[in-house]
Amino acid sequence: MRLDLARIEFAFVSINHFFFVPVTIGLAFLTALLQTAWYRTKRDDYLRLTRFFGTLLVINVAIGVVTGLVQEFQFGMNWGAYSRLVGNVFGAPLAMEGLAAFFLESTFLGLWLFGWDKLSRRIHLLTIWAVSLGSALSAAFIMAANSWMQHPVGYQMVNGKPQLNDIFAVFTNPVFVWGYTKVLFAALVTGASVMLAVSAWQLRHGGEREVFTRSARLGLLILVPAILFAMLVGDELGVVEARYQPMKIAAAEAQWTTCQPCSFSLFQIGGGNNDQTPTEIIAIPHLLSLLATNSWNGKVEGLTPLNQQYNQQFGSGYYVPNVFIQYWGMRVMAYLAVVVFLIAVWGLWLIRRKKLATSRVFLWVAVWGAVLPFLINTAGWFLTESGRQPWIVQGIMLTKNGISPTVSTTWLWISLVIFVLLYGTLGTVDLLLMLRYSRKELPPPLTEADADAPVPAVLY
Amino acid sequence: MSSLIPFWYIIIAILWTGFFILEGFDFGVGMLHSVVGRDEAGRRAAINTIGPLWDGNEVWLITAGAAMFAAFPGWYATMFSAYNLALVLLLAALIVRGVAFEYRGKRDAARWRRTWDVLLTVGSVLAPLLIGVALAGLLGGLPINSAQNFTGSFWDLLKPYPLWTGITLVLLCLLNGATFLSLKTTDDMRERSWQLARRVAPFTGAFVVGFIIWTHVTAGRAFWLNLIELLAILAVIAAVWLVYDRRDGFAFAATAVTTASCIISIFADLYPNVMVSSTNPAYNLTVHNTASGNYSLKVMTVVVIILLPVVLAYQTWTYYVFRRRVSRSEFQPPAAAAEPEPTHPTSPTAAPGS
Repeated sequence: MRLDLARIEFAFVSINHFFFVPVTIGLAFLTALLQTAWYRTKRDDYLRLTRFFGTLLVINVAIGVVTGLVQEFQFGMNWGAYSRLVGNVFGAPLAMEGLAAFFLESTFLGLWLFGWDKLSRRIHLLTIWAVSLGSALSAAFIMAANSWMQHPVGYQMVNGKPQLNDIFAVFTNPVFVWGYTKVLFAALVTGASVMLAVSAWQLRHGGEREVFTRSARLGLLILVPAILFAMLVGDELGVVEARYQPMKIAAAEAQWTTCQPCSFSLFQIGGGNNDQTPTEIIAIPHLLSLLATNSWNGKVEGLTPLNQQYNQQFGSGYYVPNVFIQYWGMRVMAYLAVVVFLIAVWGLWLIRRKKLATSRVFLWVAVWGAVLPFLINTAGWFLTESGRQPWIVQGIMLTKNGISPTVSTTWLWISLVIFVLLYGTLGTVDLLLMLRYSRKELPPPLTEADADAPVPAVLY
Repeated sequence: MSSLIPFWYIIIAILWTGFFILEGFDFGVGMLHSVVGRDEAGRRAAINTIGPLWDGNEVWLITAGAAMFAAFPGWYATMFSAYNLALVLLLAALIVRGVAFEYRGKRDAARWRRTWDVLLTVGSVLAPLLIGVALAGLLGGLPINSAQNFTGSFWDLLKPYPLWTGITLVLLCLLNGATFLSLKTTDDMRERSWQLARRVAPFTGAFVVGFIIWTHVTAGRAFWLNLIELLAILAVIAAVWLVYDRRDGFAFAATAVTTASCIISIFADLYPNVMVSSTNPAYNLTVHNTASGNYSLKVMTVVVIILLPVVLAYQTWTYYVFRRRVSRSEFQPPAAAAEPEPTHPTSPTAAPGS
């Protein structure tokens, strides 16, 4: 019970936090691009778009920052035994994150927002790039920490505790390199989808056509390569994970027996830890071998032999993650990514035909399409984190041993209820504000007279 | 023993101190914004004095927590598990407060803004209170067993000494906020801030003196106060005097020095312990039995030596960029500003462009 509650709480706050993170990283980058365009071309449209999307960015950052604080405290609050055991490896990237990334992001966001009329245009442009860099860096450090939990490297065991002995190994961990790249592309996909959706809504509802066509185009131009690379990198990440966490990949395919070559099941009915013979609807030969090993006839270990092997290695136990979550997490992520890709390509084709602003069907699809990246991201995290179970650190510590020994069920209930209420309320408020500000008119163009005057600062 | 262990203890003390010096006044502004700003324009002016700064200030807390995790994982684990529920409240306070800054101006409705004002005030009081209770608890002692695990309940955290410390910090933040506002606002707001500072100052003085003596006794040190404790008492006396003498800048500086020396006092008196066990002194958590491996400390030392000065540089620059006073008139709605000034603006009207 205690374990379940602590896990639900961590999952709840993390999933919620990761609604805001990719929007922040993606929109910060896109806003910086818009402002750069304004700086270069002096075209008023770009300034207006910068201010418009900058407001959406700020609404998001506010809640992203405060929910990030919860993340950092969670490790100590509910996972004390884990923190005690691995703190000297896992804590280092977190501390670097604060020093190198959070300070940068927060300080320069303040400078950007309030500094419009106080800084030169060049310096002011640099502040938004500093925000963008800070947000992308923070993801790097936390991904390095997370990747260490998936595939521990750069340590030696001293008195039963992992001790860091090679920080470079932590930052060149293949799981980190591929995982972080994937997170960056996922963030671009999310940010670009939001920008596209907002522009599409505006185009459908009489927003200024020329200006919002511009932002819709920018969104699409980022979205197409981003989703493509996210899928390619994700595929390579799958290969890396199949090497270090074979259970994760085998469970994602509900592959109980070892196979060679392996086919990929597109869809199945039933299946799960207690149903090893689900009804497969369509199976594509060789595809799983390709995805998991990069070779036509690659071998994928099955869950049953892997579990036997783990029993010999780590003592008796059940080492199979939740197969249902793995199987569907993988598919929701992959299939929806294909949908996003198709929408993006459709948009590109419309740009070519010069019909982007007038195709009402596409604009409608693009608005609702913004939901997809959030589902993809969440499914992806389910796949990654649930697939690591029953380990909290692969091969070093089991999740059930990581919990704070003194935190009671009552405490966990109280904190869980508080977080659910708080996040529920604030999440709703955030969403409503985002929608409200997405539907506002653009800030008015600068008149001739104040073209050289400083742009007014954003104030609370 | 690695000399990096005391070095990291000092870094953590610096991070906590930096956090309170910076976030201290913005907690104070959060508590006072509705009192100093009598109308919507005034409240907005008050909030905008810290608008560009509060977020960067709060990162000091995040970094202090992360530095404890990296350098003293045993300390982080025991402390954060023991304070579990108190931290949930603290997080709720900080979340609500942080969101309030951003969201209160995003809808033009009196009730909406009123709600966020109340949340901002409550959050700003609760946060320093809880952090004060938490820090003092390290020195005051908590039931901790031989396995470094907390064995008490939520009520074990609410002992008289930690509560006194919490209240002291709230009062310090209040005084710090009031002197900051009188430095950063104009006209009647400046006047009201100064009067508030005058009213709060004697209480803050009394609580700080009490806190220092209590801390000294709790730590069971020699009869004489050590230098840093002495500095806290002198600084708070100076602060009270400077407030009465109406020397805004120096009063603010003296309050900041008081805050800093109070926080450092806790850390100085605590060392080499990091958490005192009220169960048995042999179970005390110390810098040695909670520290990370030498290699981790070395890596982190390189990182902190390079990055902390950079952070200090750009944060100082931020304070320089936003050094100007914020005036209530900047937030008057354009319609009201064009008409002759009403004598008693009863209800705040729409703010421009927010």
